[in-house]
Amino acid sequence: MDIKRYDMEDTDIAWCPGCGNFAILNALKQALSELEIQPERLVVVSGIGQAAKAPHYYRCHLFNGLHGRSLPVATAIKAVHPELTVIDESGDGCMYGEGGNHFIHTIRRNPDITNLVHNNMVYGLTKGQASPTSLPGFKTPVQREGVFHETFNPLALAVSLGASLVARAFAGDTRQTKEMIKKAISHKGYALVDILQPCVTYNKWNTYQWFKENTYEMDPSHDPYDRMEAFRRASEVGKLPLGVFYLNPKPTFEEKLSVYQESKEPLYQRSLDTQKLSAWIHSKRGL
Amino acid sequence: MAAGIVVTKHTKDSLGEKEMTDQPLLQFKEDISIVLCGEAGQGIQTVEHMLTQTLKLSGYHVFSTEEYMSRIRGGRNSTLVRVSSNRVSAPVDRIDLLIPFSSGGVRHVQRKISSETILLGEKKIVENEYQGDKFIPVPFSEMASEVGGPIYTNAVAAALLAGLLGVDQEVFNRYLRHYFSGKNENTIQRNLEAAKRGYAVSEDLLKSGRLQIELKKRDEVKNEILIDGVEALAMGAIAGGCNFLSFYPMSPSTAVAVYLAQVSKEFGIIVEQAEDEISAINMAIGAWYAGARGLASTSGGGFALMVEGLSLAGMIESPLVIHIGQRPGPATGLPTRTEQGELLFALHSGHGEFPRILLAPGTIEDCFYLAQKAFDLADRYQVPVFILTDQYLLESHYNIPSIDPARIRIEKQFVETKKGYKRYQLTETGLSPRGIPGFGEGLVVIDSDEHDEEGHITEDLDLREKMVNKRLKKLDLIREEMVPPELIGPDHYKTLILGWGSTYHLIREAIGRLEMEDVAFLHFKQVYPLHPDTMGYLKKAKKTVIVENNGTAQFGQVLRRQTGFNVDREILKYNGLPFSVEELADLLKSAFH
Ligand SMILES: Cc1ncc(C[n+]2csc(CCOP(=O)(O)OP(=O)(O)O)c2C)c(N)n1
Repeated sequence: MDIKRYDMEDTDIAWCPGCGNFAILNALKQALSELEIQPERLVVVSGIGQAAKAPHYYRCHLFNGLHGRSLPVATAIKAVHPELTVIDESGDGCMYGEGGNHFIHTIRRNPDITNLVHNNMVYGLTKGQASPTSLPGFKTPVQREGVFHETFNPLALAVSLGASLVARAFAGDTRQTKEMIKKAISHKGYALVDILQPCVTYNKWNTYQWFKENTYEMDPSHDPYDRMEAFRRASEVGKLPLGVFYLNPKPTFEEKLSVYQESKEPLYQRSLDTQKLSAWIHSKRGL
Repeated sequence: MAAGIVVTKHTKDSLGEKEMTDQPLLQFKEDISIVLCGEAGQGIQTVEHMLTQTLKLSGYHVFSTEEYMSRIRGGRNSTLVRVSSNRVSAPVDRIDLLIPFSSGGVRHVQRKISSETILLGEKKIVENEYQGDKFIPVPFSEMASEVGGPIYTNAVAAALLAGLLGVDQEVFNRYLRHYFSGKNENTIQRNLEAAKRGYAVSEDLLKSGRLQIELKKRDEVKNEILIDGVEALAMGAIAGGCNFLSFYPMSPSTAVAVYLAQVSKEFGIIVEQAEDEISAINMAIGAWYAGARGLASTSGGGFALMVEGLSLAGMIESPLVIHIGQRPGPATGLPTRTEQGELLFALHSGHGEFPRILLAPGTIEDCFYLAQKAFDLADRYQVPVFILTDQYLLESHYNIPSIDPARIRIEKQFVETKKGYKRYQLTETGLSPRGIPGFGEGLVVIDSDEHDEEGHITEDLDLREKMVNKRLKKLDLIREEMVPPELIGPDHYKTLILGWGSTYHLIREAIGRLEMEDVAFLHFKQVYPLHPDTMGYLKKAKKTVIVENNGTAQFGQVLRRQTGFNVDREILKYNGLPFSVEELADLLKSAFH
């Protein structure tokens, strides 16, 4: 499908020149067009932050909700209308900080959605505080002596929770990022792609150059069905592996819902069975 | 005294020695109040259920309500069952028959035991706690163990009471079979055997002439329906098209979720227990966005977590129905008790300015119809709609003639979108046609930031002003379709008693006892916005008295804020229990002086 189908007319993009978000936007549009997903069949849910603005910059149905609260919304949309492709796209602060509890439980629930996290290891929109993924020693106007908390590892956590697909990409490599996004969207079940994204304004440490030097693509011999191996790779520090860490195919949340046992019709097409309601009222007479 | 009880001094004989007396020990005429008390986990609810159902099937009006402690086992709980020839829908303090199932039970309701209260129960349970002369020993546990174990105490007790009140044994047995229909035949047979023994005791008691019960049965009641607030609310929601519920367990709202889960398969409802209330409300909003009708059901503490989500619904003009089953706060408060304490919280919750609607059912019928209506209003005006109930209302059962789901028309309000669709198109009324993703050619864009007509982020401050006006204007539309307050009593009243929500029947019955002319009762089922007739009613009164189950007369404050009217007297109760009819009648009497 022509990638121009996703283009918006005169948008005023709120990102800094050189921001890693541009590369992610580009990779995502390519992935969508290669997968032939019509904008009219695509719902993107996002939270609040610079990353969360992304879906304003391409054509899709958009639910730009609250900071940290996108996953419950995405889950519900997919549950109510399973025929739609649902992507949840937001920043690391949004997804792993404010939304941490939802992150955990969405993985457990396993809705068939794609979770793209623009991970710049910093809070961008609020001007440079530490995020859960900031590295120890990262100095900010708030974390003046440098971050001393353990770094949040979304991939190891997702593997430990038995997530259906767990992957990491680096925004600086459009081809690899696009491939990861395509895999995630095509995958049935919850799919996490943590996308390393340079923040040119507030993160002068984890730059394009830094990511290039501190990441590497996993060798094709990595068996993504081996959970212990996936966990080991996800736990690596120093040089960060890129690629699909873990695959765990299993029934999705929507598939398990009783409303779809007899009919696949999305809920909006259904109406109340008033006879059943009358029967219920009748039954309350006792015998 | 409603129950005409005649007493002769003839006491403390055991069941075996059927002594005949000239006069009955007790004689009930039109209204009996039975209290069952015991520990959690003893199955008092089973007794309550079997008894009320079979009494109703026999033509009696029944009402029952529970008060219990926040624990799984033990503690002291009590259930009140009122049986009457006339409609009864409110609790009384008076106890005519008390059946304690465990020691401590009598002491628990001590305050309400009068010299006329009859006790039926085990000697060893009653002996140490009751010194009066109206005790009729019944060896419940002995009878139950003869049948097969203590579990059968419930059937013995229910049958005994049903027998005393003249429920045909055949009807009782049929109901028992129905009630245990999921169980194996052995269980059913043993329960039937237990019932037989209960009936035998009741016959002995009645034959001895010591208990005379002359309640009139009414044929028309037999076909009425008997439900509680929980069922009415849940089914009202379904009748309103609710097909999505997300919740996190919290008393007393949990029962609504459990009930909806129970019928979810039959009625095609997605029920999801969320990780927290924040998730729950966001899910409900997401469900509406994609074309479902979502309910978020919780209690005060859970709603506190939902507040940011409420504001989101206000900003994106999402329909949303929020049920708050109120219980006493602050914080964890009294988890299993009742209060009308969240009115001001619900009214003022949420950052920013946006319209909302607050409904407060007063009766079981209201629970159904207002839940149904809530979904219609939410969808029609694209606003959050609250349903405020409380533990007392949710857990009260009584018979009502019937329910007619066709009374409120339910139409889906979303539209099929065209290319170039704008979710927030500026219109005369402030309402924009609501599209949903995947239905039509348009894109449905919504944003929690201030947005333009398409739904994209904007910082155009002129547009901001237009969008604020658009959202607030909807309140004018809402005002055109409100639930009017209900006036009960003479049109030409001097004193007007005001109430809202769950106190409806209580206030009605209490006023009935005063037998005063010139007193009327105005009950509000919609507590925000206020119906335009409100001021007219208030101004006509020489004196106004407001009755609320909270400590600060919250609805009185709403009236003052909205109309400038100051209520003369407040009658408030906030110990975690609902008013009783007698208590309220006394309080009203003194408020008139
Ligand atoms: C409830 C709430 N708390 C705080 C904020 C302020 N806030 C907006 S974005 C953000 C963090 C942004 O970081 P991230 O999610 O990593 O996104 P980025 O801007 O870096 O892309 C915060 C704290 C908010 N909008 N809502």
